[in-house]
Amino acid sequence: MPRLPSQWCLRLLGGVIVSAILGFLLLPALVVTLAAFNSRAILSFPPESWSWRWFVKAIAYEDFQAGFHNGLIVTGWASTIALVVGAAFALALERYEFRFKRALETVLLSPLVVPHFTVGLGFLILAAQLGMARGYAVIVACHVVLVLPFVLRSVYISLRNLDPRLELAAASLGAPPHRVLTTVTLPLLLPGLVSGWLFAAILSFNEFTASLFVTAQRTQTLPVALYNYVREYADPSMAAISVMYIVVTATLLTLANVFLGLAKVLNVEHPR
Amino acid sequence: MSIPAEGRLSAPAAPAATRANGGADIAVELDGVTKRFGKTTALDDVSLLVRRGELMTLLGPSGCGKTTLLNLVGGFLMPDSGEIAIDGQRITDVPAYRREIGIMFQNYALFPHMNVAANVGYGLRMRRVAKGEIARRVADALALIKLAGLEDRKPRQLSGGQQQRVALARALVIRPKVLLLDEPFSALDRNLRASMQVELKEIQRKLGVTTIFVTHDQSEALSLSDRIAVVAEGRIRQLGTPDEIYREPIDRFVASFVGDVNVLRARLERIDGAVATVALGAARVLVPSRTLQGAAASSMVDLFVRPEELRPADHDAPVAARGIVAAQIYQGGHVDLYVDAPEALSGRVLLRVPRHEGMSLWPAGTRISIALAADKAIAFRPA
Repeated sequence: MPRLPSQWCLRLLGGVIVSAILGFLLLPALVVTLAAFNSRAILSFPPESWSWRWFVKAIAYEDFQAGFHNGLIVTGWASTIALVVGAAFALALERYEFRFKRALETVLLSPLVVPHFTVGLGFLILAAQLGMARGYAVIVACHVVLVLPFVLRSVYISLRNLDPRLELAAASLGAPPHRVLTTVTLPLLLPGLVSGWLFAAILSFNEFTASLFVTAQRTQTLPVALYNYVREYADPSMAAISVMYIVVTATLLTLANVFLGLAKVLNVEHPR
Repeated sequence: MSIPAEGRLSAPAAPAATRANGGADIAVELDGVTKRFGKTTALDDVSLLVRRGELMTLLGPSGCGKTTLLNLVGGFLMPDSGEIAIDGQRITDVPAYRREIGIMFQNYALFPHMNVAANVGYGLRMRRVAKGEIARRVADALALIKLAGLEDRKPRQLSGGQQQRVALARALVIRPKVLLLDEPFSALDRNLRASMQVELKEIQRKLGVTTIFVTHDQSEALSLSDRIAVVAEGRIRQLGTPDEIYREPIDRFVASFVGDVNVLRARLERIDGAVATVALGAARVLVPSRTLQGAAASSMVDLFVRPEELRPADHDAPVAARGIVAAQIYQGGHVDLYVDAPEALSGRVLLRVPRHEGMSLWPAGTRISIALAADKAIAFRPA
């Protein structure tokens, strides 16, 4: 088929636009990565000479270590609690009809609408009212609220993709309800549960706005520690942390994708 | 549409008969089963007896209640009223996992995270059968369905036909009291479907397993079943052998749902006891009078005639109708002639004639005289 010059131009233009958008998406990460390897003690771009020293400094910095440690505790608890609660609600929403189902759905997904600082502020006021110290419990509770919609969505989609006839077939073959759950339902939901947990963990570990309200010096998570650091210093150790963060997250997601088929969970795909 | 009384009598009359011989040859008994979903009644006081070893088909349009019936027998739904018994044991309240019933779903519902051997052996593991025994019975089952050697494949690595065989083996390996099949062939292409049907029938007969088969495909029902229950609007309209259902449909619904049929305008001449004479053009045909209760002599009736019971008229045969061939459709073994015959039928009359005759003698546009090839048919009062 003869191609018109105008078609050829359109194709070229399309290619350029797509490349530009992709470049734009990756630009911040690229800039930060390059800045992290700058040997000079200022955040500048592009670097003039290269070094690992900021990685060493960042890892050795005590506030970052504490923040990382706190972050792991908060993230571990928050995403696990959110997973259990979210899975239970997802199951209820998918499998049962009840009054106020719509209302429940709206409430469960509402943290997507409420800004993070509002949630943080709310928990701060609540904690003060109840006379609770700004300990882990408040942070964990706050993070559970923030990540719950994501876990709920992930498990809900996995449940929707689960053919109920698989469970009926198992029952007809002699499996009592608890064995249907352990041999069919849970194994098939596993990718959804793991990816839900992983999303929750990534979001929670990253969360800054609400955490700023509910953490104290002793309990500050990594993003809060980074914020406090950047208020005083402007050296590339922040960029180094960012690079480590990107590498770890990307590795986790890749592993999850390889072992669990994350792509399958994220798309609504019907098993035959 | 009115439901003639006979349509329901055929089923409920039977329980007394079984009790007389102890019910030993009855595998499944439904007695006055009703199931509602909200305000809609899916099944309305249905009674049905399935004999041991028979292949009983529930045939009906979608939404008629046949799948609900299957789910009730399988234990996936509980009836609002009525009783269900298997092998003489009342199982109305028994959960699915203690019913000893094998089921094959339309999409086969193979466990995607298990390989073929694990799928087939699932029911045995749930029964805590010894490992060696499981391996032996799984191997036997796979041999039966001709899939030996594919034990380690995952379901997604199998073709549609293979998946179906695995689903069948999985259901049969537990030696179920009843095998339930839910539209099992609808996902297969035409050629595979035909061979799977033959194979299923063969396996079913070899094992002698009582089978309830749900389909909306009337030709499938006619070719596979020992008996057919035609289901419509939550009730069993007619219960009988495929030939009875095809030759002696009890009402207009069954007549037009099962097989192709021409509904021709004819005149009732007279009723002589159980037989009535109906005139279609110059032709005369005998019909059962039970379906014409209350029709007056010389009133118009609807004569139901199968396409193969019509033929182009010879010189001496009485002409039932005249028309013009609108189209001839080559079907391989035969030819379908579509004829415009306005005085007999507002739509088109369908004639099914042998291939050689149809192609050469009756091209489109030809004037044609139609005769009746059968001296018996069935007629109903106009709807």
